[in-house]
Amino acid sequence: MDFNDTKEEAQFREEVNNWLSKNAEKKQHARDIYKAAGIPGDGTALQDAKKWQEKLYDAGWACLHWPKDYGGRDASPMERVIWGQEMSKYKVPGGYFEIGQGMAGPVLMTYATEEQKQRYLPPMAKGEEIWCQLFSEPGAGSDLAGIKTKAELDGDTWTINGQKVWTSGAQYSDYGILVTRSDFSAPKHKGLTYFFLDMKSPGVEVRPIKQITGGSGFNEVYFTDVKIPDSQRLGEVGDGWKVSLTTLMNERLAVGDASGVDFQEIFDLAKEQDFNGDQAIKNGSVREKLADWYCEQSGLKYTKMRNISALSQGSTPGPEASITKIVSANKLQDIANYGMDLMDSGSIVRNDDTSALFQGSLLGAPLIRIAGGTDEVLKNIIAEQVLGMPQDVRVDKNVPFNEIPTGSKN
Amino acid sequence: MNFSFSNEQILMQEEVKKLLDKENSVKRNRTILEGEEKFDQELWKSLVAMGLTATTIPEEYGGIGMGFLELCVIAEELGRGIAPVPFSSSVYLATTAILNSSNEEIKKEYLPKLANGEIIGTFAHSEKTSFPDETGIAVTVKGNKISGQKIAVPDGDIADFAIVSASSGKKVGLYIVDLKDKKVSIETLDTFDPSRSHANVSFDGATATSLEDDAWTSIEKLLDQSAVLFAFEQVGGAEAAMNMAKEYAMGRYAFGRAIASFQAIKHKVADMYISLQLARSNCYYGAWALSNDSSELPTAAATARVSATKAFYECSKENIQTHGGMGATWEFDCHLFYRRARLLSSNIGSQGIWKDKLITSLEKSNSPA
Ligand SMILES: Cc1cc2nc3c(=O)[nH]c(=O)nc-3n(C[C@H](O)[C@H](O)[C@H](O)COP(=O)(O)OP(=O)(O)OC[C@H]3O[C@@H](n4cnc5c(N)ncnc54)[C@H](O)[C@@H]3O)c2cc1C
Repeated sequence: MDFNDTKEEAQFREEVNNWLSKNAEKKQHARDIYKAAGIPGDGTALQDAKKWQEKLYDAGWACLHWPKDYGGRDASPMERVIWGQEMSKYKVPGGYFEIGQGMAGPVLMTYATEEQKQRYLPPMAKGEEIWCQLFSEPGAGSDLAGIKTKAELDGDTWTINGQKVWTSGAQYSDYGILVTRSDFSAPKHKGLTYFFLDMKSPGVEVRPIKQITGGSGFNEVYFTDVKIPDSQRLGEVGDGWKVSLTTLMNERLAVGDASGVDFQEIFDLAKEQDFNGDQAIKNGSVREKLADWYCEQSGLKYTKMRNISALSQGSTPGPEASITKIVSANKLQDIANYGMDLMDSGSIVRNDDTSALFQGSLLGAPLIRIAGGTDEVLKNIIAEQVLGMPQDVRVDKNVPFNEIPTGSKN
Repeated sequence: MNFSFSNEQILMQEEVKKLLDKENSVKRNRTILEGEEKFDQELWKSLVAMGLTATTIPEEYGGIGMGFLELCVIAEELGRGIAPVPFSSSVYLATTAILNSSNEEIKKEYLPKLANGEIIGTFAHSEKTSFPDETGIAVTVKGNKISGQKIAVPDGDIADFAIVSASSGKKVGLYIVDLKDKKVSIETLDTFDPSRSHANVSFDGATATSLEDDAWTSIEKLLDQSAVLFAFEQVGGAEAAMNMAKEYAMGRYAFGRAIASFQAIKHKVADMYISLQLARSNCYYGAWALSNDSSELPTAAATARVSATKAFYECSKENIQTHGGMGATWEFDCHLFYRRARLLSSNIGSQGIWKDKLITSLEKSNSPA
């Protein structure tokens, strides 16, 4: 039992570090993050991220597990992991390309024509074109197969009408992956069809939604008679559910630890704050809380190590990875809340980096618990797919879609 | 990277599992729990015959010279089988304490007999209901005579000898005491989990052989080492309890369907799984630190111990809940796991102690991962 690299892994790690150390700034502390120069929302962060991604691409470090032909490096899963481990030690911009590279890319790889792959994958890898995921609707989120955005075929052109919601990054995206309903009288999971489209197509309207954090990371997207050529269909007509599942599986692999306050922040805070006239960390109840969070953080860290180790020995990770998001998002929320408790009545004032960090985490955590599969849905996945327990009784199977209640009735 | 057990270790684990299944370890737990016997002698003999008590003992002392990693996988299986034997006392604690020492004479005398099961040892440390710190040891040694009382010593009425923490006035040391000595009196206790015997052990000028006179650091280390092993045992028990809950839920019908299809039950089992995975991963970290004698052992051991204690408690209590009325009966095995979970939480110091140790260790290193 060891954490040592094999000879090949060590060589690769060295190669990665050689390049990174020449091209990026190393973090002083694990918590350092890249900060764009401009003010939030002025586009500087996006420009920085694009520049960095292009640099990666040119040097052969973008989407490194992809085939070389599409802009990747043909890297092994283990090499991808090593790249991620080393890159996390540097201050680099990011946050714009994950949906494209993590979800749209693999779907195109499986379902697009060779010509389309040559056209779309390299710019995706390069960060030149950004993609968004047009899945959720007002009436369908967890129950994604309940979507109602309508697709009608006339000749070899589809016409799309309907609405998507919570679409992250739609405001700056060039392309989107889209699930629609092409047959309302077929059973729920049978009538779906999957496309990709140009976000600048006539009839696409993006309206930002203000989130509880105050920011607007996601949007409503309206489709009014939007035309999509049949050549941009991915998978067969009526097979959209199968294609969506491929996407969601990749989404679950792509979502990792929740970002924001973690053990180190609450540990430091407990040393700084007073509690009954003494350092908070000296208090037994505080120590108990800290210990619980340390154990969770450590448990996730070594679960990841076990998965990487399995990968290194040649096996593929399964849905077990679902525990990461559940545990880290809840930990984030609880640590943020407890940190504000420790800061006591002053905690609600946003007067320094620390209070801003804890407040931001407390407001951001609920989003993470919902995005990319809610806690509850992920627990269903663990129970059903990992432990083999039966599905819930379903009232919506084998019934024409237009006879099933969906969305909100209030 | 190879953050897993080797194929040989996994094979060994399977052999132990097979033995415990064949011997019907869980049923034996009940027999001991309900009967007069203090431990299952037959099962103990099978474990000894398989060489398990000799695992970490070098060949020159009559052992088989394997390492702590092998002991970790054995511990997990003993936990899964809630085995009614003094293994933790004799192997995790007494054997490790002697292995840690540099006293050749004692090693030569005790290790071969521990290896072949001729003698059973234990560790006698607690004196009050709270777990002792360095100032809390009132058992005293003068010359080579020991006096005072240790309470709720695991297997105190089974073991042939005990490693006893005692104060010489200046220092707390570790001493070996023959429990058959006439100056030792032993009182078997009525406990929460009678499948593992406990006794108060009183010394009235009994003969003590010094293992180490200034031993507080060694005691802390011994507790850390054994904490990893106890944690594996707890994870084994937790997984058994989770599986029991799942299996029962799949076969029990209510409202026209398997209760395993009710989300409240599914999420309960998913929660058990999450808790168990976190604990298991922390145990691996502990196993790594233990087998490498790493400076991270205090942190790793406490982390493994705290999360394994939590996991076994959660799995064993929710296993009862999942069984409904059946879970509340003496006849069903659920309570055997619930009792064992509680017992293991108390041996070597309870949750509060280990959480505090964990934070203390992080304060010292000041660099949490
Ligand atoms: C920050 C953020 C970014 C997002 N980005 C995108 C994006 O880019 N593209 C996109 O398509 N979507 C995106 N989403 C949408 C996200 O996928 C959905 O919000 C999520 O799947 C939940 O769906 P819903 O909002 O319709 O809630 P609902 O499905 O209505 O859920 C409401 C509650 O009911 C529970 N529930 C629902 N079904 C079950 C069940 N079977 N068992 C138990 N409980 C259940 C849920 O857990 C939840 O607590 C984003 C969401 C957030 C918060």
